[in-house]
Amino acid sequence: MTRSPRATTFLAGIALAALAAIALTLGEVPLSPRELLGALASLFEPGETADQATQIVWQIRAPRIAAALLVGAALAAAGTAYQGMFRNALVSPDILGVSAGAAAGAVLAIFFSQDALTIQIAAFIGGLAAVALAYAVASAARRHDPGLALVLSGVVIGSLLGAVVALVKTLADPLNQLPPITFWLLGSLASVAPLDLALALPLVAVGLIPLWLLRWRMNLLALDDDEARSLGVPVTAMRLAVVSAATLMTAACVAISGVIGWVGLLIPHAARLVAGPEFSRLLPLAMLFGAAFLLVVDTVCRTATSIELPPGVVTALVGTPAFLVLLLRARRGWT
Amino acid sequence: MILEARALAFGYPGRRIAQGLELALHAGEVLCVLGPNGGGKTTLFRTLLGLQPALAGELVLGGKPFAALSRREVAHRLAYVPQDHAPEYAFTVREVALMGRAARVGLFGAPDARDVAAADAALAALGIAPLAERPYTEVSGGERQLALLARALAQEPLALVLDEPTANLDFGNQVRVLRYIRQLADRGLAVVFSTHHPDEAFHGASHALLLARDGTLRYGAPEIVITAENLQAVYGVGVKVARVNGTLVCVPEFQEGAAAEPRFPRS
Repeated sequence: MTRSPRATTFLAGIALAALAAIALTLGEVPLSPRELLGALASLFEPGETADQATQIVWQIRAPRIAAALLVGAALAAAGTAYQGMFRNALVSPDILGVSAGAAAGAVLAIFFSQDALTIQIAAFIGGLAAVALAYAVASAARRHDPGLALVLSGVVIGSLLGAVVALVKTLADPLNQLPPITFWLLGSLASVAPLDLALALPLVAVGLIPLWLLRWRMNLLALDDDEARSLGVPVTAMRLAVVSAATLMTAACVAISGVIGWVGLLIPHAARLVAGPEFSRLLPLAMLFGAAFLLVVDTVCRTATSIELPPGVVTALVGTPAFLVLLLRARRGWT
Repeated sequence: MILEARALAFGYPGRRIAQGLELALHAGEVLCVLGPNGGGKTTLFRTLLGLQPALAGELVLGGKPFAALSRREVAHRLAYVPQDHAPEYAFTVREVALMGRAARVGLFGAPDARDVAAADAALAALGIAPLAERPYTEVSGGERQLALLARALAQEPLALVLDEPTANLDFGNQVRVLRYIRQLADRGLAVVFSTHHPDEAFHGASHALLLARDGTLRYGAPEIVITAENLQAVYGVGVKVARVNGTLVCVPEFQEGAAAEPRFPRS
């Protein structure tokens, strides 16, 4: 690596800010750089009546762009933590069933005709409950490797909840309920309101705190359990802390944006290619990459065609070939 | 006295492997542990490292009973070198050595300049300082074994436990690793290592422990423990122990006699 890791992260931060500024100008009503600057400056002149550009920027585009940045960064952070902890570069944040649980919660709430906030709360609680159940099952399976047991019980519980979702889709009213269910399952940032952001942001921050505090020690979780313990690491307690943190972040995101796949799987790889596997260097870069990736994806979703594209579809279309390239060029060990 | 076992029994609940183990290892002493596949070497090591509880008896580490030490305190005294493994991620050799500092870095901290200096000193002591920036996944098996040994030294322990450190190494690297073990003991560490080659007990070890599948323990000076009779009893093949240039070597019998019909014991 020619640049120092800190410089790389700094450059990525600047690039992200530039991307966000460009995204603010794009949309149904394109804005010139001058209009954008005027709209941004109006934040510091509260007395003035807002012109059209200011309204578009602050009321329509900024919340949505902020949501893309938040969700992208959080999913990437959770994925980075899981890939290190499970010693497996093919793990994504929803490996323990958080997305499946959130989907089941949201779909049931839609089926029982609840309001938007209740749907979000049901999704959040469903996500937490699914992972708690997977963790409890894995802890009871004492005879197996703990990491493997956790992944297996997560996959099994995810598949059970997938059946719940499929059942509800079959029973749902095809005119009034199925479209919002489908919309939710493919993910969308179109309807994220400032209140949603205000609810999700603290939850993501609370999840991020342990990951950031433990950032150097996270590297040791990539070792064998016995090895890590012999180095003085309380593996079981740390694993519980990481699972809780990543689940909180992911559930908060899924609750406001629906299920957006691929970010948490693909972005940690991309960041690892640049920063290496050392977690304290990897985490900030992965979050910046995740934020930028989802920002670009969502901007494409809202501007490419006359209808809104679901971001989950776009991330899969971009993510699958990108992942195959990574898989084919990987040598020994993931760099 | 660094590592002491008194009337130690090890195994799993419901399956006791051996009992009555008495060990006493001082600074500068090296214990070579031998035994057939499935004979309990791994279980003994996990017990010595505090990764599974002893079934009976007592383990004392640096004058303190194991049961009274936290995981962090154990890591200050005892370092573990696992068998060569293929890691998932391409940490650099220096990053691997730095992981040895985990028990000396605060819970939320990161290694400081002193920790980096300790890791670099460990790499230099083993002659792999030039590899510090290389990915651990891309160095040779022998170099990876040395990187793991450097990680253990960075831990600044009183004792080292090495699980088959010469397995998977070529002949030259086997000899080099054994020499390093002897040098580390001469600098005041107590060392326990396991191996499948009884000869290695004669290369600098002060004690040998021979585990048999029936739970019989043979412990003492290498010349006393590693005899033709004991090896025959434990491994089921005929062996002669001879002296070459002042060093004892074990020569398996291939022609006549006990080994004429090889029998593979159940493992």
